[in-house]
Amino acid sequence: MTEVVATNETILVVGGGISGMTAALEAAETGKQVVLVEKNPAIGGRTSQLYRYFPKLCHPICGLEINLRRLKSNPRIRLLTMAEVTGITGSKGDYTATIKITPRYVNANCTACGDCAKVVETEVPNPFNYGLNKMKAAYLPNKMAYPMRYVLDKSIIGTPDAERAKAACKYDAIDLDMQEETVQIKAGAVVWATGWQPYDANKIQPYGYDRFKNVITSVEFERLADPHGPTGGKILRPSDGKEAKNVAFIQCAGSRDENHLRHCSRICCMASLKQTNYVQEHFGDEGKSTIYYIDIRAIDRFEDFYAKVQANPNVSFIKSKVAKVTQDDATGDVILHGVNTEGYHRYATPHDLCVLAVGMEPSVKGANIPIEILADSSGFIEADPANGAFFGAGCASNALDVNRSVQSATAAALRAIQVVNKVARAEV
Amino acid sequence: MAEEKKVAAYICQGCGLGERLDTAALAEVVKKEGRIQQVKTHPFLCNSEGVAMIQNDIDNDGVTHIMLGACSRRAKTDAFNFTTVAMSRANLREGVIWIRPDTEEARETTQEMAEDYLRMGSAEIKAMRQPQGNPNTGTSRTLLVVGGGITGMTAALEAAKTGYPVVLVEKSGQLGGWAARMHQRVPSHEPYKAPVDTGVADMISAIEADANIKVYLNATVAKTSGAPGRFQAEIATESGSVSTEDVGAIVQASGFELYDANKLPELGYGKSPNVVDQGGLEQLAMEAAQRGGAILRPSDGQPVKSVVFVQCAGQRDASGIHLAYCSGHCCNTSIKQAMYFKDANADIDTTVLYTDLRTPGNGEDFYRSAQEKGVIFTKGKVSSVEPNGNTCKVNFHDMILDDKAAIENADLVVLATGQVPNSGVNIDFKPEAGAEAAWDEQKKTISILNLDYRQGSDVPQLKYGFTDSHFICFPYETRRTGIYTAGPVRRPMDIAQAKEDATGATLKAIQALENAAIGSAAHPRSGDLSYPSVRLEGCTQCKRCTVECPFGAIDEDEKRYPLFNESRCRRCGTCMGACPVRVISFENYSVDTVGSQIKAVSIPDEFSEKPRILVLACENDAYPAMDMAAMNRTETSSFVRVVPVRCLGSVNTIWITDALNSGYDGVMLMGCKHGDEYQCHFVKGSELANYRMSKIDDTLKGFNLETDRVQTYEVAITDIDRVPKLINDFEKRMFEIGMSPFKGF
Repeated sequence: MTEVVATNETILVVGGGISGMTAALEAAETGKQVVLVEKNPAIGGRTSQLYRYFPKLCHPICGLEINLRRLKSNPRIRLLTMAEVTGITGSKGDYTATIKITPRYVNANCTACGDCAKVVETEVPNPFNYGLNKMKAAYLPNKMAYPMRYVLDKSIIGTPDAERAKAACKYDAIDLDMQEETVQIKAGAVVWATGWQPYDANKIQPYGYDRFKNVITSVEFERLADPHGPTGGKILRPSDGKEAKNVAFIQCAGSRDENHLRHCSRICCMASLKQTNYVQEHFGDEGKSTIYYIDIRAIDRFEDFYAKVQANPNVSFIKSKVAKVTQDDATGDVILHGVNTEGYHRYATPHDLCVLAVGMEPSVKGANIPIEILADSSGFIEADPANGAFFGAGCASNALDVNRSVQSATAAALRAIQVVNKVARAEV
Repeated sequence: MAEEKKVAAYICQGCGLGERLDTAALAEVVKKEGRIQQVKTHPFLCNSEGVAMIQNDIDNDGVTHIMLGACSRRAKTDAFNFTTVAMSRANLREGVIWIRPDTEEARETTQEMAEDYLRMGSAEIKAMRQPQGNPNTGTSRTLLVVGGGITGMTAALEAAKTGYPVVLVEKSGQLGGWAARMHQRVPSHEPYKAPVDTGVADMISAIEADANIKVYLNATVAKTSGAPGRFQAEIATESGSVSTEDVGAIVQASGFELYDANKLPELGYGKSPNVVDQGGLEQLAMEAAQRGGAILRPSDGQPVKSVVFVQCAGQRDASGIHLAYCSGHCCNTSIKQAMYFKDANADIDTTVLYTDLRTPGNGEDFYRSAQEKGVIFTKGKVSSVEPNGNTCKVNFHDMILDDKAAIENADLVVLATGQVPNSGVNIDFKPEAGAEAAWDEQKKTISILNLDYRQGSDVPQLKYGFTDSHFICFPYETRRTGIYTAGPVRRPMDIAQAKEDATGATLKAIQALENAAIGSAAHPRSGDLSYPSVRLEGCTQCKRCTVECPFGAIDEDEKRYPLFNESRCRRCGTCMGACPVRVISFENYSVDTVGSQIKAVSIPDEFSEKPRILVLACENDAYPAMDMAAMNRTETSSFVRVVPVRCLGSVNTIWITDALNSGYDGVMLMGCKHGDEYQCHFVKGSELANYRMSKIDDTLKGFNLETDRVQTYEVAITDIDRVPKLINDFEKRMFEIGMSPFKGF
């Protein structure tokens, strides 16, 4: 049974991505008690699935390593993984959250030696790589995973595979009898940092994500470039494994569109500009990128980055909302159709691969926030006194890039601290 | 403090260590060569029983120092969480058996590798002390906020709300900053349809009503000294009075100025009163609101019937003359200003000329609302504005028609110039010869904080005058501990972001003073209780530590010895790496903790064909990359001995010369990328290491050794395939140039 000691001076942080980790760490490093809840088996969130960050082109797991070190050495944070908040009752300064913990079937004895994965035969889609490859049903979520502990996929429980895994473990780390648990914890304030999800590209019919293998999303493209990804860091297109040297990027795929997402997702322009660097990095002057855009939103100092990409002769910019994507069945190439509004030229241009810069949809939308919350028309949590001590942070509160998510999460941590400080002084 | 030291070692046999290694022989090595009497082996050290065994030795047997021979120091941290003792970890799993083939012929070298890591771990733990926390603490809980605009006011109010007193210093005669000179603001809350009240008046009254906030108007910071927890700020007012305030941390919210539109004569500024910048338009709108009438044309007071907004005026400029960056807020601001006209009278023509319209997030709704209100948006690049009587002609290149175009007879032209940060003195600026004295005088007036730090009077800048920060993962980290910059001094931003930024910076400031009070480090080594101490008897006053500290933590005392301000220190060890006489150390990280590991390695003789390669690796990037390569079971040379370091900047060249002297064949240093896009979390560490190592060639030549024997590499945490390859290539190179002649001396 999972035991969590928490009082109404505790801050509950929901979501273990960059925003949730930041909020939890900043609060804990200010001396507060924190319970951090993550629904996946490892923390790190979507940023840990990125190959590089803009504008420095540095690697997200570098910052993750620092945050993990902070977390490992901080006794004030209690981390619950594979855990989801299913209910919150109460009010500012006095909440009770109900948390459902899904069984991992692997206990703290696990040394991450990997013997279980060797004997398990079943393979399941790998969510860390957005299902672009498969992994053993006994798996470590990724190489940076914290907790660094294997997971047994639910699908093999009750099968001989699970028994094989158990038999292979020398450390008695596999517990096939693990059951779903529900725990209740008290909290004075809640930081909701459940992040975002890529807009469902299947809904953008004319772009053919559901029909053409060589139309992928920007988050999938990150995995192709990453050495930890399904291709070991080679940019190979899905249909035939051919090197994708001529890549099209479609901006605002689902964003700035009343039929899809009303808002601008802010990050996608910079993300595509960054991804043109991957093409250049992998193929040199043979790598060609074309960005189809409405406005390039390289805000503030990011303008420098845009200027650098513009100066690259291997990158072209076409001001156009792409009308549709078709496929050349003989070659597998994708053909983008539309009108270049700068001078009104029609085009039908073939590319090896088409990357949809899909928008950022708040994860809170549709998913059940177990308490009534004021959100904007896109589903982002509003900063509003009506929300009591329930504070949105990061992409649960707005379409933000990493640095602004960290800013938002740090601010949310302070707002939560203000509440628990008042609780401590018995002012709430 | 006399410390009863009792060392114990534990060797794990789990995860294949027991099968792949002769652990009994390893235990003998620890006893005989590591000179640790208490050595225990355990089949599964990280399980509850193994952990209980260690804990029992600590609790009941007086063990104060433990060495674990098991997995990487990054693994099983929850189990091996012994906070009351000093601990070193010999990495036998990721560092040895996972990177070596499980073959009979590899067995000998694999065992030798493990033995060396245990010798190293034994040497390290004996040189370590359990950190006690910096005693030179301060306990002020007051926050100094410099700047009374939106950012500063937000910081003050949020700090007070959290229970911390605030001293707020504003150089002008009133609070509010730029926002007080605005008619209305862009909304940050649903509905995103129309301009809203700035909220400045409410904030000012809240500040005035808060007994915890002390406001100095017409005041500047004449001097800042001290360290987190015990800063002293001298606040000078225009009247000539000077007050001293004790503060624990500082939020610098010194804001921005509008880019000077006088530099844009081609856009008509200065040639006609009907060409204004965005600030000028706000003034016209405020006057109109006070009058209760329409916005009037400045030249003749007639109502405005047509307005043109010129975006990116003097911004996003590739010529190098004007601002290179985008100020982020100006598109929304022009939309808002167009609405001032449209909301009052839908018949007024409003045109926004832009190249890229940048309205992220819900700004898109605001943009949509403007389109619905009839604001015209034209993608065009303005070439000139020609004033003609009471109107102007705006010439531009229409980017859609790809043709020249013009708007005739505009009553008003609004230039969206950008934000220029008020960041004070650029401490890296070098005046021309002869101009130093004048610059020193000038600095006093431009400085925001007037820090009496040896390294300069303000927070270092990164680019375009914005203050330095790791602007992705850790945006608040300035290079001056306990001083956090927020708002447009940090990067261009709008009101909504400035408020968020101020709130975050306030948290960091509170955190800094709370941690300073308990002698604990600030980010990124938060919670670290070690601190640098200096043995002044040996100091030669060379000043390298004071010059090189990336965080300005070290001043010089009146006798010109280094004066450490421990609470400003971030514990990177750059000073330790810099010190030529090796008098700087941390309790658990010193020239000795690393040097003794290097010396502990057994060096086979010249004829054994077993080179020894020392790798000094940044613990945050290169070392994890090696761990992950090991998780992939990537085969790596058995001749390397890896020592993680806090930062490559902490590498003292004595380690290199000692290694070469004792017969190592080569040394590899692995640190982070440096330069403009630096990735070093101590900002300058890897850069300094690189500089120092550029001089190592002379040392090598002095030894008559090939310069290839010492190499520095920029390594990223994702280099999981590259790092083993670098090591294996280096090994090959060592065989090519032959074994070091220094073995056995």
